Amino acid sequence: MSAHAETLHHGPAKGFSRWILTTNHKDIGTLYLVFSLIMLFIGGTMAFVIRAELFQPGLQLVMPEFFNQMTTMHGLIMIFGAVMPAFVGLANWQVPLMIGAPDMALPRLNNFSFWILPFAFTMLLSTLFMPGGAPNFGWTFYAPLSTTYAPPSVTFFVFAVHMMGISSILGAINVIVTIFNMRAPGMKMMDLPLFVWTWLITAFLLIAVMPVLAAVVTMVLMDVHFGTSFFSAAGGGDPVLFQHVFWFFAHPEVYIMVLPAFGVISEIIPTFARKPLFGYRAMVLATASIAFLSFIVWAHHMFTVGMPLAGELFFMYTTMLIAVPTGVKVFNWISTMFKGSMTFETPMLFAIAFIVLFTIGGLSGLMLAIAPADFQYHDTYFVVAHFHYVLVPGSVFGIIAGVYYWLPKWTGKMYDEKLGQWHFWLSFIGVNLTFFPMHFVGLAGMPRRIPDYALQFADFNMLTSLGAFLFGTTQLLFVYILVKTVRSGKPAEQLPWEGARGLEWSVPTPAPYHTFTTPPELDKE
Amino acid sequence: MCRRLHLYCLALVLLLPAPLWALEFNMPVGVTDTSQSIFNLHMTIFYICLAIAVVVFGVMLWSIYHHRKSRGHEAAQFHGNILVEVIWTTIPFLILVAIAIPSTITLGDLYDASESDIDIQVTGHQWKWHYKYIGEDVDFFSVLATPREEIENRKKKNPNYLLEVDNPVVVPVHKKIRFLFTSNDVIHAWWVPDLAIKKDAIPGFINESWTRINEPGLYRGQCAELCGKHHAFMPIEVKAVSESEYEAWLADQKAAQKAAMAAADKDWSMDELVKTGAGVYEKNCAACHQADGSGMPPTFPPLDGSSIVQGDKLEHMKVVVNGRVDKGMPAFGKQLTAVDIAAAITYERNSWSNKTGDMVTPAEVQDLMDKQ
Repeated sequence: MSAHAETLHHGPAKGFSRWILTTNHKDIGTLYLVFSLIMLFIGGTMAFVIRAELFQPGLQLVMPEFFNQMTTMHGLIMIFGAVMPAFVGLANWQVPLMIGAPDMALPRLNNFSFWILPFAFTMLLSTLFMPGGAPNFGWTFYAPLSTTYAPPSVTFFVFAVHMMGISSILGAINVIVTIFNMRAPGMKMMDLPLFVWTWLITAFLLIAVMPVLAAVVTMVLMDVHFGTSFFSAAGGGDPVLFQHVFWFFAHPEVYIMVLPAFGVISEIIPTFARKPLFGYRAMVLATASIAFLSFIVWAHHMFTVGMPLAGELFFMYTTMLIAVPTGVKVFNWISTMFKGSMTFETPMLFAIAFIVLFTIGGLSGLMLAIAPADFQYHDTYFVVAHFHYVLVPGSVFGIIAGVYYWLPKWTGKMYDEKLGQWHFWLSFIGVNLTFFPMHFVGLAGMPRRIPDYALQFADFNMLTSLGAFLFGTTQLLFVYILVKTVRSGKPAEQLPWEGARGLEWSVPTPAPYHTFTTPPELDKE
Repeated sequence: MCRRLHLYCLALVLLLPAPLWALEFNMPVGVTDTSQSIFNLHMTIFYICLAIAVVVFGVMLWSIYHHRKSRGHEAAQFHGNILVEVIWTTIPFLILVAIAIPSTITLGDLYDASESDIDIQVTGHQWKWHYKYIGEDVDFFSVLATPREEIENRKKKNPNYLLEVDNPVVVPVHKKIRFLFTSNDVIHAWWVPDLAIKKDAIPGFINESWTRINEPGLYRGQCAELCGKHHAFMPIEVKAVSESEYEAWLADQKAAQKAAMAAADKDWSMDELVKTGAGVYEKNCAACHQADGSGMPPTFPPLDGSSIVQGDKLEHMKVVVNGRVDKGMPAFGKQLTAVDIAAAITYERNSWSNKTGDMVTPAEVQDLMDKQ
């Protein structure tokens, strides 16, 4: 690819310093994506440990305190290390390409926001080797378990979260500034591809809630080291205050992790259905409504803390409302497929699985919204099943679909379609085998975050563990496919997908190091 | 493919130890009117969700089958219709309203804890429950009864593995019982699926819930909120009995508590203390410090050969009574009687390689507890 790039401008720097000093959106996008893949495997290894311990009742492999460290770190790493950076990686690669911009608006800031992350996660992972162990209070770090009763490593956890927060906020600022200022001449907001729209809305969510996360970890830090009592009733504080502040961050956070996936799916479905997206305006409006509602539903995570009846009802009603815009999105995707001319390459398969399995997760979410029923569901494996359905076949499948979809443009090579299909079917079977039985054990009464369980849950747990091992090992195939594509993939065409539209497909394949140095001319449709 | 997937799952299930029909797939109906109405609510929403899924996925599968390029289907180019958008916004909204009405009614009912017959205060401790019958002078701890050999796979697990306690909380049927929840340390959650009660026990705050049990029986549950290392090991057992049995049990408890008070005043011999202490140690200390006193360094120090255990008696007593909250050691002064503490300390000072020959009497412990 360098031959083409050098004729335009200078090419990438040579050697390792290219990756440290780079301000190129494509390089930084690659860095984010590779980083997120590494974190996926680290977090996945922890899931392996969890599922191995839960394979049978009784304590076999790890002690309960280490088990709690694993559940905590698994959550933190998958959320902040795997899913969020992967979406930032996709945004880095795709937003400039899709709006006809030469790069992100703030390239140095872009480099900085990425390079914070390896340090933040090195610090977080180093807590595993500290006396007293890594954080063991769950990724939700409820006080006072994370304050008075926390291991000493909580301080490192707090600083690591601060660093991740800074990285996310800077990344979000960059996305917003780029989209507002660097669109190709004549591209109006309602001309933006849906992936760009969903990322724009996500970026606003990030800016709104990451400071709230910073606030809550700072309060934890103060309670641990500086004698304050924000979350201690003995000093006039309130442990439930922690949960309110935390979930005010964490509920929008779950939409941060899925809105960009909605965007990816909204690009892929029209391409492989060879038919324009149904209801573009409704899709934008639905995304914005979901984002707005995400700010007023947080206490549905807290139905059992003893809120007044009025509070329970308010949060139950608002939560149920989210089903409306989410339903609109699903209906629009299906209408896009309806009467199309579909083919089922790997990105399309992952996108269809996304719609089906995310919808299952959405429907169990609707069940969880019903406050009285939630008294039975809350803190059980039913909840674990629910959020893994929206996060794994939801967010993660969305990311994987996006990677397969844009990989030919990024690398100039085609992935092996046969292996891609294998990857999809094994992942699909694995993911359902892992997470579907969790609904049953949860309903039958198995609490979450336990290293050992009563005998009636044994069979489904064994199934779940087998599914998890299958799903986990299948992702090694994904790495193999990626490496094989880069090393020896067949050259891809300029337009690898027959039905693909959009500016990103107008650049040569592979996308040169610098693109759109002169703004593209938009053809009026 | 979906069918193949199901067959695959089915094949796997058949290979598992228990037969398929013995597996529990759903929420228990429970034994109270409220658990019944929650169950009905759950099934209603479930069927609505199922119906939505069938329609949505049905349309999707239909178009996947018919509108594929390999069947030569030409793509239509329509891309929007205001009317259908309005319809599929309105219909879900109306379905939601239909679900919201019964949910609201049930919730209002669950929140009415007034006019109770019996009040029980439930306090979460790391990692056991404490029950106090308000106005009855009866209170006790309820601790996991599953032997460590079963947890560590050295013995076959019994059917109630991890769901059994030494002292179940006993309540009469057909009476309105109000539970008041609080915690001594971190947040716990008291959950008994058959009663459909799950409520957080929060330090410094009191939550309430109520139940009226229709059938006598033993109902088991677990702590539902992550509360530290032994979160999985603090189960709940509710024993619902007839009113006369309940009265008899209450009288027994009162007598037993009186006897325990008297025991503190009697003269204890070293042998008696060591013997009682062994039991107390097994239940309260062995989880961290291990049955052989080897601990789990670096988190939980060994007691075998410990300088505190072999050193000054008073220091040893202070650690046990006040705990080391920063290191995860609870303040046992709040949880155990002076007799139990004295017995456990005497046991520790005269077990394994610790041969101090010291004896700590209940009176000494009581003295220390009174001073603080």
